[in-house]
Amino acid sequence: MHPKRKQRLSLILFMVVGVSIAVGLLMYSLSQNINLFYTPTQIADGEVPIGQTIRAGGLVVAGSVEREEHGLGVTFKVTDGFAEVPIYFDGILPDLFREGQGIVALVRMNEAGLLVASEVLAKHDEVYMPPEVQDALDQAHSRGKEALYEARY
Amino acid sequence: MRPLLFVPLLIFVAMAVLFWIGLGIEDKTSLPSPLINQPFPAFETLSLERGESITAASLTNNEPTLVNVWATWCPTCKAEHAFLNDLAKQGVRIIGINYKDDDYKARQWLLAYGNPYVWNVPDPDGRLGLELGVYGAPETFLLDADGVIRAKHIGDLNDRVWERLGQQYEALKR
Amino acid sequence: MNIVYAMMPELGQLALIMALIAAVFQVIIPTIGLYRRQGWLMAYARPLASGQAIFLLISWLALTISFVIDDFSVAYVANNSNTALPTAYKISAVWGAHEGSLLLWVAMLGCWGMAVAWFSKTLPLDMVARVLAIMGLVSIGFILFTVETSNPFERNLPSQPLDGKDLNPLLQDFGLIVHPPTLYMGYVGLSVVFAFALAALLGGRLDAAWARWSRPWTTAAWVFLTIGIALGSWWAYYELGWGGWWFWDPVENASLMPWLVATALMHSLAVTEKRGLFKSWTVLLAIFAFSLSLLGTFLVRSGVLTSVHAFASDPERGLFLLILLGITVGGSLLLYALRAPQVNSVGRYDWISRETGLLINNLFLIVATLAVLLGTLYPLVIDFFGMGKISVGPAWFNLMFVPLTLALALVMASGTIARWKSDSLNRIWQEQQWAWWAAVVFAIVMPLLLSGPWHWQVMLGLGVSIWLALAMFLDVWRKARGQWRKIPSLGLSYHGMVLAHLGMAITIVGVTMVSHYSIEKSVRMAPGDSAYLGDYRFEFSRAGQIDGPNFVSQAAQFDVYKGERLISQLLTEKRQYTVSGSIMTEAAIDVSLWRDLYVSMGEPLPNGAWGMRIQVKPFMRWVWLGAIFMSIGGVLAMLDKRYRRQKKIPSRVLGANA
Repeated sequence: MHPKRKQRLSLILFMVVGVSIAVGLLMYSLSQNINLFYTPTQIADGEVPIGQTIRAGGLVVAGSVEREEHGLGVTFKVTDGFAEVPIYFDGILPDLFREGQGIVALVRMNEAGLLVASEVLAKHDEVYMPPEVQDALDQAHSRGKEALYEARY
Repeated sequence: MRPLLFVPLLIFVAMAVLFWIGLGIEDKTSLPSPLINQPFPAFETLSLERGESITAASLTNNEPTLVNVWATWCPTCKAEHAFLNDLAKQGVRIIGINYKDDDYKARQWLLAYGNPYVWNVPDPDGRLGLELGVYGAPETFLLDADGVIRAKHIGDLNDRVWERLGQQYEALKR
Repeated sequence: MNIVYAMMPELGQLALIMALIAAVFQVIIPTIGLYRRQGWLMAYARPLASGQAIFLLISWLALTISFVIDDFSVAYVANNSNTALPTAYKISAVWGAHEGSLLLWVAMLGCWGMAVAWFSKTLPLDMVARVLAIMGLVSIGFILFTVETSNPFERNLPSQPLDGKDLNPLLQDFGLIVHPPTLYMGYVGLSVVFAFALAALLGGRLDAAWARWSRPWTTAAWVFLTIGIALGSWWAYYELGWGGWWFWDPVENASLMPWLVATALMHSLAVTEKRGLFKSWTVLLAIFAFSLSLLGTFLVRSGVLTSVHAFASDPERGLFLLILLGITVGGSLLLYALRAPQVNSVGRYDWISRETGLLINNLFLIVATLAVLLGTLYPLVIDFFGMGKISVGPAWFNLMFVPLTLALALVMASGTIARWKSDSLNRIWQEQQWAWWAAVVFAIVMPLLLSGPWHWQVMLGLGVSIWLALAMFLDVWRKARGQWRKIPSLGLSYHGMVLAHLGMAITIVGVTMVSHYSIEKSVRMAPGDSAYLGDYRFEFSRAGQIDGPNFVSQAAQFDVYKGERLISQLLTEKRQYTVSGSIMTEAAIDVSLWRDLYVSMGEPLPNGAWGMRIQVKPFMRWVWLGAIFMSIGGVLAMLDKRYRRQKKIPSRVLGANA
């Protein structure tokens, strides 16, 4: 083979192999580092593994926000219209956190089964609904209708 | 021709297909609730304000109507209230559903902040709300003149939402 | 209202359509000229490009005037402005939402086209004609998009509101006046390089001359991107109220990806210019760079991905953009696949050479881009397969990015001194060993001297930066043969390269220090309370109320003591904007080269107390200082006189068979 072609080939091979290894590693670590979203119904059903960081969200239940007397600890409930779950957070809530607002929180379930949030996110837009929360609401909605149907007939 | 050079193009095409489907997913989540194009669920009760007899049939009075689910315990409803007052002034027919609330508190509220509603359906145990698939207040349904639900909005009504919903309303009026 | 002013929206609309027509001619006439090999037709490309730019600027100016005079009959103005809004923000509100920012985007595209028309005196006419025709095509697509789906001049008829809804308070800020235009300049500037690459593919002129023309334009776009990204980070840091400066948010990623590829492209262009190698790869990078800026535009504006600062999504716009993206990127990649086989690279090089060094640079940068791309799109893929709603956290991006950056910086120092064609590791080692040993000693000693826990990451980060910086200094000294007076004569390009690489070292120091030694505390505080953080005492001395032009705010004053000495007084605010009712946190920051003191208000609590977030962030400024160094380096490299050399290149008009 012509030496120039040989160098070209080894170069392409070098690039392709390098990039493939990198992409492989990326994909593998990606699957280890994602935060899955759980709806309040799923959480209430006990689907959340203890100690793993997940994202949870829903509408903040009106009247459920309770501050601790000292410090910044706060407990609030989120709902998808079917189940309500309490979340504990020790820190400063975002400006747009309010009752009735859709929020998403990064939470971890502790041994006592309480969800402890490390971060609470609310978008800087009042009419915005996080898509995960919207999805949770829609799922819960259809479930609520089924339950109602079963209870009646 | 070297097949290797087509690889970037193929990767791009795959990505474009993904985006195309992604746009579709977006459409699906914004698909209206199953109640759209269904008649408003039946109810028969006495109005919150004056205690007259009201039913689903008397909701629309043969004009397009907004049905607004609200409660005094809901802060977003308070934010929305001024906008509803404005709409009522413009001649939009609005019926209220006072959801999981106390009748007395609700009357106080309407006295204090103004009453944009033609009348209110008291729904203290949230039964009507459940039939409507209400997640929480506020929510608003748009009914055509025949009492069929044409659109639903979750969250407060405001100018931005009304840009879209108002168009639908105007269309139903014609 | 003056009738002339009242006509502004119509004028703007008309100018926009005139620009569209100019763009259409900018494509058609030079193309006919190329086809019939008639120079006088090709020559029309230049005036048409200038005309298009001027019409777009008129259009933009018209919208600005509508904002300044509060013409709320224009829907876009009514939605994004208010009579009480300060005039400076009325002007910047033009690009505060989707429609206006798109107008700015196309106006800048026009201006880049005009710049090419003006600064291309040494370019052969057929090349100019091709480049401008391609840029005209891109313009047509985006002006059509603006007119069809996102017209900022639409009237609010028949009823017009008495007052506007006000600009989103987050955007009422200096950072937001300058950040988007700078970033767009960068995004759009890459279209020039893209057009150069396609023109070269079409004309069969992928040579050293093409690389030399492309280099200053690439660098110009890259400088804008660098400043734009840094401004965005700085803005988020002080405006979002919690002291984060990079979030790996899809929108940030969308700006980082073109930057990474543009960086790779700058380096690869160097090889193509000097050695005539990697031509096919360089063209591909040029296509990628602009494609990724289009992709970013699509991701941000279509609503496919959700982000903290995505524009209101609209499926119709998304589809239009996707079609535009498909035509532009798909078309250019197809052209690449068909035409690139005719490209021949000449010349050989050894495994130890500057070529290899730059190749490694490209490999790292491309892998980094891929990582960002994968992390950004992964949630979409998972959703597509119905495997749930996920998000990729910052932890993953950091895990990928930090080692890649450090490895890149490690080879960077040696790559810059390696010789073209062939070099020996021994020679490089001879030149650099002192920098190496000094860096090793520094890396071991320095983290021990810092007041804070020992982290191996800090050792690595500081060591790599010092290594890079020392190696650069050593090289400057050697090249100047140890004489100070010779340093200025080393050439602007060289100085630019040194500065940009030093900038990289500075940023790495900043990121390392601020990531590992930041301290943060969220506390409940009432007036009179103190909080202790590091060596500092933060005393909440006073609470009060402030009335702004379009907001009222609860304010808290902090006296910061180091020991007994008062070193700073900070005033943080919680603003409520009267029109929109939005609540905004205004953080108070005491800035210095070595550390930032950061205080922001959380929520009001009973008994006059507040949740307060207090932070000490060492070396925070270095993160952006590095970006400033890189940008200055870029500007110097661009100004190097060899790009302005008047070298007559024979026109290939007659010989071309395109």
